[in-house]
Amino acid sequence: MISNRDSKTGQALFEYLLRLGDDRLVLGHRLSEWCGHAPILEEDIALANIALDCIGQASNFLSLAGKVENKGRNEDDLAYLREAVDFRNVQMVEVPNGDFAHTIARQFLFDVYSYPLLDELQKSADGEIAGIAEKAVKEDRYHLRHSSEWVRRLGDGTGESHDRVQNAFEDLWTYSEELFFTDEVDDILVAAGIAPDLALIKKAWEEMVAKVMKDATLDIPGNDRYMAQGSRNGRHSEHLGHLLAEMQIVHRSYPGVKW
Amino acid sequence: MDDDAKLIEFEAKIKRGEKIEPKDWMPERYRKQLIRMMSQHAHSEIVGMLPEGNWITRAPTLRRKMGLIAKVQDEAGHGLYLYSATETLGIGRDEMVDQLLEGKAKYSNIFNYPSLTWADMGVIGWFVDGAAIVNQTMLARSSYGPYSRAMLRICAEENFHKKQGYEIAATLALGTQAQKEMVQNAVDRYWWPSLMMFGPSDKDSPNTPLLMKWKIKRKSNDDLRQRFIDLTIPQAQRIDLTIPDPDLKLNKKTGHWEFGKINWDEFYEVIRGNGPCNKERMTARRKAHFDGEWVRIAAEEYAKKRKTNHSNNN
Amino acid sequence: MADKKPAEPRSDRRDSQWLLWEVFTQSKTGLPHEHAGSVHAPDAEMALQNARDVYARRGPVTSIWVAPSDSITASTSSDSQPFFDPADDKIYRHPQFYKVPKGVKIFK
Repeated sequence: MISNRDSKTGQALFEYLLRLGDDRLVLGHRLSEWCGHAPILEEDIALANIALDCIGQASNFLSLAGKVENKGRNEDDLAYLREAVDFRNVQMVEVPNGDFAHTIARQFLFDVYSYPLLDELQKSADGEIAGIAEKAVKEDRYHLRHSSEWVRRLGDGTGESHDRVQNAFEDLWTYSEELFFTDEVDDILVAAGIAPDLALIKKAWEEMVAKVMKDATLDIPGNDRYMAQGSRNGRHSEHLGHLLAEMQIVHRSYPGVKW
Repeated sequence: MDDDAKLIEFEAKIKRGEKIEPKDWMPERYRKQLIRMMSQHAHSEIVGMLPEGNWITRAPTLRRKMGLIAKVQDEAGHGLYLYSATETLGIGRDEMVDQLLEGKAKYSNIFNYPSLTWADMGVIGWFVDGAAIVNQTMLARSSYGPYSRAMLRICAEENFHKKQGYEIAATLALGTQAQKEMVQNAVDRYWWPSLMMFGPSDKDSPNTPLLMKWKIKRKSNDDLRQRFIDLTIPQAQRIDLTIPDPDLKLNKKTGHWEFGKINWDEFYEVIRGNGPCNKERMTARRKAHFDGEWVRIAAEEYAKKRKTNHSNNN
Repeated sequence: MADKKPAEPRSDRRDSQWLLWEVFTQSKTGLPHEHAGSVHAPDAEMALQNARDVYARRGPVTSIWVAPSDSITASTSSDSQPFFDPADDKIYRHPQFYKVPKGVKIFK
């Protein structure tokens, strides 16, 4: 772990851990909204499992972020007491669930990004990040199996399912570029051997997305559209504020108590 | 063997404490009663996901959020075990789901009450799962093999539900004044409906004698209710919460708690559909089912295509 | 129930709850697979995934088998006497049937 937390690297690491934690917290939150409303009982259980994994990973990353920051904030302080502008997740995970096709397409686009990222993070020079990644990568491998198998089934199922999942990919494509946004946070951590180069992850992502979408008889959306940006620096969609209002309401209504 | 001889052998087997398995001969009434009880039990697990699912997105800490998701997920799992066990009696899950969505099947009344505060997550786990465990521990000894096996698995998993519920309730009860009021309010709302979970009093429960003779049930509704009360009162006292029953009194001779009159009119009204959330619960289940239809069909179509391709390639 | 309105007509009669599969889990390498329960799934891959989520989420499970329920053939209770009673008196299949001289430890 970075010993001098006031250093530039320490600040970059804190930011980076928020990005990792917030992506998974917000995605886990969205997935948990399916609990009790999925298309079939088995899928209620599957989506809940993935939600639990995401929130567990978020909890670990945010807890470490609090330690790195060294201002006495724990994972709950970071999850429940920050404003939307302080969140560092990509917009893809905060947009509402939509139908099952939309939820699966988003999960797939995120899993194809998250799995190779965590795989690389196992080799991080920061032992604590590597430790979290080592456990999380196993979970993500299963998430990817689940979401990619569903993309195949929806894409090559019926005409209706094909159209629904194709539309979902079209809608979500707007948010795909943000996954690979980099700034000086990445530069510092890549140089320190703590984080992998996202350009490499992007290559793996493009290949896997192309392969699965081809199997699923789906067209890869074009990039000639508005591409969302800014969320790694706190500029989000309108949806995040509502999501956080709901998530934080109980915690904030009774400041400082035990739960 | 004629049916009379089979019935004698069937009842002798039950008397000897042997289990009845799916392929064994059984009286039609035994099969029907089991289907009714087990599918109701399965439906209860499924509808039961809704009041607690209602608080997942607002759980006040990450640990609580994970605990609650895991619990609601278990309810889906338990519904699944119970539907599967019922399927061994020759009824499909699709038929049971239709019965629920068409309003022909019952499920536990308790889930027709709203979950209004975070404290409800504590009190539901503590009372409702507590009551369920009392009932299910008895059902784990049921004469029908698949039901008994499903119950053993469910009981093992549900132990954490009750403990989680009590932990939430205790944390609130020992917390600030506002938290204490929140949990007392939940206790006040959930106590009586929880007692009703065991069903009508024995004298108004016409199925009970036969169910007990065939060891589908091993204890009567009133006995189970009493056991739940005796277990729960000391737990409430320990964390200084008041059970909303002025007639509650420990009978030192019997060791049992005597309690006030249950409002059975309310019970029958809710069964008839006039509870606070009956409509919402069914609307939510129907919406999930019909919104999911295209997904279920797409997955089957995909499987069919693969099968055809596979046999073409061979 | 509150709402006696019948379920909406199905837009497509093909809808179902998928096929029923039987799930067998192994809790430790080297041990036999045991019947754990059932799941519904449209195909084998999904059956395996669903079985994992339903029966292995609490661990410990090291391996899962799934098989379509209708491909399993079971003996019936009317079979039970002719099938299993003849095994009762075949004591020569059990080690107690055979005697070795006292003091020979190798068979203990």
